[in-house]
Amino acid sequence: MNRTLNADRIATGVLWAIAVFVVAILLAIILNFVLKSLGTLNLSFLFGDPSDSAVGGIGPLFFNSIYLLVVTLLITVPLGTLGGIYMAEYAHEGRVTNAIRFSQELISSVPSIVVGLFGLALFVRATGGYTALAGALALAVFNLPLMSRLAEQAIRAVPDDERAASLALGATKWQTITRVVLPIAIPGIVTGIILTAGRIFGEAAALIFTAGSSTPTHFDYGYFSLTDPRSPWSPFHTATTMSVYIWHINSESILPDSIRIAVANTASAVLIITVLVFNLGARGLGRALQKRVTGA
Amino acid sequence: MANVAIPLGSNRLERTRSIRERIDIPRRVTLIAAILVVLVVALLLAFIGIRGTRMFFEGGVPLTQIFSATWDPGADPGQQTFGLLPFILGTIGVMVVAAIIAAPLSIGLAIFMSEIAPDWARNITRPAMEVFVGIPSVVYGFLGANVLVDVLRSNFHQQFPLGYSWFAGSLVLSIMILPTITSIAYDALITVPGELRTGSLALGTTRWQMIRHILLPAARAGLMTAVILGMLRAAGEALAVQMVIGNRAIVPTGIGQPIITLTSGITLDMGNTTDNQVWNMALWTMGLILLLMSLTFVFLARRIGRRGAAI
Repeated sequence: MNRTLNADRIATGVLWAIAVFVVAILLAIILNFVLKSLGTLNLSFLFGDPSDSAVGGIGPLFFNSIYLLVVTLLITVPLGTLGGIYMAEYAHEGRVTNAIRFSQELISSVPSIVVGLFGLALFVRATGGYTALAGALALAVFNLPLMSRLAEQAIRAVPDDERAASLALGATKWQTITRVVLPIAIPGIVTGIILTAGRIFGEAAALIFTAGSSTPTHFDYGYFSLTDPRSPWSPFHTATTMSVYIWHINSESILPDSIRIAVANTASAVLIITVLVFNLGARGLGRALQKRVTGA
Repeated sequence: MANVAIPLGSNRLERTRSIRERIDIPRRVTLIAAILVVLVVALLLAFIGIRGTRMFFEGGVPLTQIFSATWDPGADPGQQTFGLLPFILGTIGVMVVAAIIAAPLSIGLAIFMSEIAPDWARNITRPAMEVFVGIPSVVYGFLGANVLVDVLRSNFHQQFPLGYSWFAGSLVLSIMILPTITSIAYDALITVPGELRTGSLALGTTRWQMIRHILLPAARAGLMTAVILGMLRAAGEALAVQMVIGNRAIVPTGIGQPIITLTSGITLDMGNTTDNQVWNMALWTMGLILLLMSLTFVFLARRIGRRGAAI
């Protein structure tokens, strides 16, 4: 009897140790980057040009990361939400629904480098080179099914009473969806968008062969054009992101060691902080929207 | 999937439906959006399938050569060998070792979260897992290349002469797949009915006996799925692995060696080759093999999941 009790105590101890160990690793990783970037992480680094000073800035790369995120979401949020509406409100069991589900599952398991290859074969050719648009389309390939699932789940979570009440008042199905169901589902959808945004922001493998991996030297933000690849605002400009840059400077010796490590550390810290902000933001915003919608 | 069947408004005796209602534009528009993903999958399979087999059809490389252990794409034309065995075995090797490291930790953590953790501890571990998943892979890769590799090289010089190695790749990957396995395993554990737990405890078992003899067997299919999906992520991870693994195209024999994987092979050479080189075609073949490997894993996970659900 004593032995089984001891075994229970030991097992409990081991499981606690594992949990503490894993959380400690995470904290160590976060602290490592925050501490190492304390001296370099400032506004001039974040917005400066890579050629600016001894340390170099990441302005254009930071800009590209945000640019790609925005363009990707512009593609996936409307399409994903519409797809989610279909799956939650219209779909019946059957071959079409099964094919959609199966495809969603399949895409989420395709390695991002393969999505990058697909983008290279299709989007790069279609947009005429390594462009922000090709990168955003590649990101959309695996973000779209995710968005669609999230929207579907959020819409499904809306109680049926709400639909019945709206239909009983004479509203059509579409009116019910757009004026009753969607507003209630929006907090869930927004939370989902922010959580997937973190993943888009950090993605690199799918972008190397689609958005490009060259080092931009200087962006002229004053020059606005949607077609000229020389304008940073154009979807056709080569758009190396922060994540890709971290990989790029570490796999090709284009920077002196000390600068390379300082830049990579600081850019990593920016990425990690962004992920933390996105995570906390998603929770906070989701809760706040919930309150406004339900009035509770 | 069960659609809400609300019969209101569809009663033909009360009113006829207008043309607009019959065509039901919203339904069609949302259907097109939903079906887009099927089209994307079809295009992806077609493009990777066609480009991935060009090496055999246009490049004239015999199919059997991919099982050769010699990778020598830079030799004079006619002398080149496109053996992909180092890449395939490298991917499998890195993935398996990563799973061996990560699986016990992840499943242990999942058990902790579902059975043992008091609320305050669960409030730390759950967000921690979300942040863990969110950290970009290049960040792990950079950390591996600048910290782990140095530690291995200077402290275990005998075993890791370069630092860049199979083991370094697996270790970095194990950290990356840990949250994946943990969250899926956790979901599998919490779906085990509470009656099984209380029944076991009521018979006088300790908590650990209950976990070992009741909980783990009941959740076995889910736990296996978790490990398989973790391995899937490990096999497909590109940049973090490429940054720490050393990228030497040899058939792996020792864990301290620099080796290569399918993903790192693609990232390494894609930019240095052009469309019509057989070398370039071989990289697409690697992509196709990678795709087929992941599809196999998905099917495996599905089958296990279904069998588990049937029990």
